[in-house]
Amino acid sequence: MSRFLLPLAAFFILIPIFIVGLTKDPRQLPSPFIDELAPSFTLPSLTDPEKTVSSGDYAGQYALVNVWATWCVGCRQEHEFLMELSRSQSVPIYGINWRDGRSEALRWLQALGDPYVASGFDEDGRVGIDWGVYGAPETFLVSADGIVLHKHLGPLDATAWERDFVPKIGGGS
Amino acid sequence: MKTAWLAVLLLVPYVAVAIDTDKAFEDPELQARYEEITAEVRCLKCQNQSIKDSNAFLASDLRREIRRLLEEGKTNDEIYDFLVARYGEFALYRPRMSGKTLVLWIAPILLLLVGGGVIVNVIRRRMSMPIEDDLQESTNT
Repeated sequence: MSRFLLPLAAFFILIPIFIVGLTKDPRQLPSPFIDELAPSFTLPSLTDPEKTVSSGDYAGQYALVNVWATWCVGCRQEHEFLMELSRSQSVPIYGINWRDGRSEALRWLQALGDPYVASGFDEDGRVGIDWGVYGAPETFLVSADGIVLHKHLGPLDATAWERDFVPKIGGGS
Repeated sequence: MKTAWLAVLLLVPYVAVAIDTDKAFEDPELQARYEEITAEVRCLKCQNQSIKDSNAFLASDLRREIRRLLEEGKTNDEIYDFLVARYGEFALYRPRMSGKTLVLWIAPILLLLVGGGVIVNVIRRRMSMPIEDDLQESTNT
């Protein structure tokens, strides 16, 4: 009987590991920027190509950096919530319009409303790479000293906002 | 007629081969390094493909960045560092050995040792069993 004990023990140790493994989404990758200095960027503004939008614009305050595109279904999904968030004026939202067309993006903002203080136009996706973006929408919470406090993958909603963002902003602003 | 059609059909798969349609480097050594690196880097959008094999736009963006870094004279390690700093070790198919990836590298060797130990143990025990006993046991059950 005792020779079954070890395999049985191994079995019961492995099962919880596998169960936990099954609940994890392999597409949710941890960002190497968490608790590190956020990458800086300077991009032409989406609304006015003459102007630029840069990471310096939100220095010294909490800010959201939201990576979006008109081809991205999740961005359409979270847009209503971003509008709500911008109306509440809790945190300024800066957009990085990633790998998109200018006219499509402008039409989108016109039709659905513009929750962004400003959006940078990242046509060739270079800033996206600097931020480790691999699928829009992605939302970064950046602290007043430019540290990435949290990265949210996929459409942002009220639940995720209350759970992951609010506690981190609470202390400082 | 039938043979001609079959011959044409045979050519169809070749259309699918060209994913990276960018111009090759003039320097064959750079081209070889470019191909080596792009085969080692995971496409984060399509995780079981390397960026060499993927036609996702993220993969082509990363190929473009690697091309640029190679042209700037960066070494392979510097290019891997560039990618890991942005996407984490997961971007490499063979993550470098570090505190975070130690389990990944050690576990197979450890498991092999444990498994090998079990097998050796079982064989030893069987070998020390008297043969008659073995026969008796199998006829009894």
